[in-house]
Amino acid sequence: MIDVRGVTKRFKDNVAVDDLHFEVPTGVVTGFLGPNGSGKSTTMRIIMGLDHADQGEAVINGTPYRKLAQPLREVGALLEAKAIHPGRTAFNHLWFLAQTNGIPRRRVHDVIELVGLDQVANRRVGKFSLGMGQRLGIAAALLGDPGTLLFDEPINGLDPEGILWVRNLLKGLASEGRTVFVSSHLMSEMALTADHLVVIGRGRLISTGSVGEFIATNAGQYVRVRTPRPDELEGLLEAQGAQIRREGDGSLSVSNLSAEQIGITSGNAGISLYELSPQSASLEDAFMEMTRDSVEYHGQRLDGATATTIGK
Amino acid sequence: MRAEWTKMRTVRSTVWTLLAMAVITLGIAALATSTIASRWNTFSPLRRLTFDPTSMSLRGLLFSQLIIGVLGVLVMSAEYGTGTIRATLAAEPRRARVLIAKSAVFFVLAAVVGEVLAFGGFAIGQSLLTSPVPHATLSQPGVLRAVMGGGLVIAVLGLFALGLATIIRHSAGAITAYVGVLLVVPIILQTLPSSFSEPILKFMPFTISNAMTSVASQGSTAFSPWVGFSILVGYAIVSLAIGGWLLAKRDA
Ligand SMILES: Nc1ncnc2c1ncn2[C@@H]1O[C@H](COP(=O)(O)OP(=O)(O)OP(=O)(O)O)[C@@H](O)[C@H]1O
Ligand SMILES: [Mg+2]
Repeated sequence: MIDVRGVTKRFKDNVAVDDLHFEVPTGVVTGFLGPNGSGKSTTMRIIMGLDHADQGEAVINGTPYRKLAQPLREVGALLEAKAIHPGRTAFNHLWFLAQTNGIPRRRVHDVIELVGLDQVANRRVGKFSLGMGQRLGIAAALLGDPGTLLFDEPINGLDPEGILWVRNLLKGLASEGRTVFVSSHLMSEMALTADHLVVIGRGRLISTGSVGEFIATNAGQYVRVRTPRPDELEGLLEAQGAQIRREGDGSLSVSNLSAEQIGITSGNAGISLYELSPQSASLEDAFMEMTRDSVEYHGQRLDGATATTIGK
Repeated sequence: MRAEWTKMRTVRSTVWTLLAMAVITLGIAALATSTIASRWNTFSPLRRLTFDPTSMSLRGLLFSQLIIGVLGVLVMSAEYGTGTIRATLAAEPRRARVLIAKSAVFFVLAAVVGEVLAFGGFAIGQSLLTSPVPHATLSQPGVLRAVMGGGLVIAVLGLFALGLATIIRHSAGAITAYVGVLLVVPIILQTLPSSFSEPILKFMPFTISNAMTSVASQGSTAFSPWVGFSILVGYAIVSLAIGGWLLAKRDA
């Protein structure tokens, strides 16, 4: 389990991470979502003891990373792909890392095979494609067979086959009872991979909880309505407390009111409907909804009412 | 420690740099001494009298000093340049240990290479200094110290460069700083009045290493070989200590 406790990190006058609290549970894949520059990579570097937090701390199974004697055996991380000397071979890169933590040479061969780089293990990393670099980074993370794994945007640069491979790998690692923490800005990908989510915006926690809860609470259900008399219907529905958004194609997205209530209202008013279909929002929609908030409230303090916290 | 050795050994540039260093250093030893041998007849009696065959055969070590500095810088700054430093520090979060291991491995490597080149240069040089030109043997007073010391200076300067690179973190910047201290500052100082420059020049690695590799005393213009050497060791320790402190304090 990873426990981030009130971590704040400033770069000059720019607050990259702002009083962040969250936990990453064991045995499931936890997605770490946030728009560009929201502080995901910085948070991961702080968890890994690479950056110093200005306030707060991050602990892994109760211990700060820097106190771990053989950290690679407990925590593995892919932070940036290709942060590897281009003149060294894949094997030698993994071998020097293994030596620092007393990991046997056999294991280096094993992880190389596991990520499918056996053909190129003795080639210089400088000649690797983006995808091969990612695979090597993943091999390095798995080297010490750790119980906790962090991946910063692991599917960047991978082809569809590679993406599927990573997705299954992450799920497999979690099902073995490991803690798996994956950052991404691809919500659709997290919907397929993650069970649990931590969402941040501008360095602040926006939400944490299961993927299902996340969608239900944050985007919720809405009803798609098409009618020849949208203005009239909109007025009537709003009078009943509905929230309505006009879509580009002229349809209405109605939330806060069930399809039945909408049907009755329009029937009573004699307004014909071409379409009345309940929709459930995708993770993508939920995410957009939230980050729109974190952008909207920029410059003001987010108070408790606007910072939705679920799963507590 | 073994990991640091793996790191140095597995980068092709380390091997090439050391090879270039050997060729240049031994080549200069051969060139300098054979030139002397062929011109001996034209030398004045005073020049013949003050001729130091040991120092002449160790001339090439100045280039070794340059190259070992570049290598010392690269051993550290390449980790920053390529991002490997994050993998290294994730694997060993006790950062002081990383620097100590790296310094120790590099010191041994540089000392071995330095000694091989010093003794090699000496052997080649002396074999080319044929009669009537005087040549030195290791059993003569001060000769062994000059040759061995020449190799040690290489190792200590390499560490100094490694420390600079830990502080500066960029290859180009650290190499510039190193070359500046080693060569540029002494050259500038030499253009200034000696009453002003001499007390400063005494502290320059250039002067210190000259005193070390010469059998004859340099008089008041330089510290005695081992005093100078201690000052050099001091530079290396200070640069590594500041580097280590910054390494622990800064974000990777
Ligand atoms: N070393 C640094 N020095 C100065 N500012 C930094 C540094 N690292 C990150 N930042 C700033 O901190 C903020 C958070 O950056 P971070 O890289 O953590 O975001 P991210 O969520 O990983 O973004 P992305 O999705 O683009 O990877 C950004 O505003 C960034 O400019
Ligand atoms: Mg990032």
